[in-house]
Amino acid sequence: MSAPAAAVLTGGPVQNTVGGIVVGAGVLLIAAGAVGLLRLPDVYNRTNAVTKAAGLGIVAVLVGVGILVPEPGVLATLAVAVALQLFTIPIASFAVGHAAYRSGAPSTPSTLREDSGPDGSPPARGDGG
Amino acid sequence: MTALLLDAGIVVLALGLLAAIGRVLTGPTAADRGLAVDYGFVVVVALVALFALRLGSTAMLDLVVVATLVGFLTTVAVARLIWADS
Repeated sequence: MSAPAAAVLTGGPVQNTVGGIVVGAGVLLIAAGAVGLLRLPDVYNRTNAVTKAAGLGIVAVLVGVGILVPEPGVLATLAVAVALQLFTIPIASFAVGHAAYRSGAPSTPSTLREDSGPDGSPPARGDGG
Repeated sequence: MTALLLDAGIVVLALGLLAAIGRVLTGPTAADRGLAVDYGFVVVVALVALFALRLGSTAMLDLVVVATLVGFLTTVAVARLIWADS
């Protein structure tokens, strides 16, 4: 390993430690999204995992980078990136989830559907779609 | 110390990208594949941010903004394709 990151890490040890912790937390959140993407049973649950875990994780990574490199130009770029992520990730995930529902993607059998009509019939267990 | 953490983070994110590729390959629905591509873009954005620190080049952080926009447009376009395919 040849003197990495030395050119941009100008802060003290406390600053580097805090930034490293925030970056590490973001990476772990994104990894949690990967676990959810692999292990959750249907596309709607996976949408949930990707939206929340990966969205929060990428914001934490960018904030941690801002703590590690607190230069005005870098902070401006990161602020734009964080704002764009916070706006676009929910919209993109909603678009995917809506398209999945419209295309008839099956939901896992344990899904509780709220199908009660005007007669007040109780919600039934998932019917696979 | 921080460099070691960045290396570990890059490895973890690479594994996350493998998970996204696995989900793209296994499906089972087209929406699963679109969602996995969306997740892959998030991982790539985080990787670019970590590479910018690791390589000591803060100019790479501009790529984070570009990759965010490209990933959003890609995901919405794929979602529209899934919708039109139904």
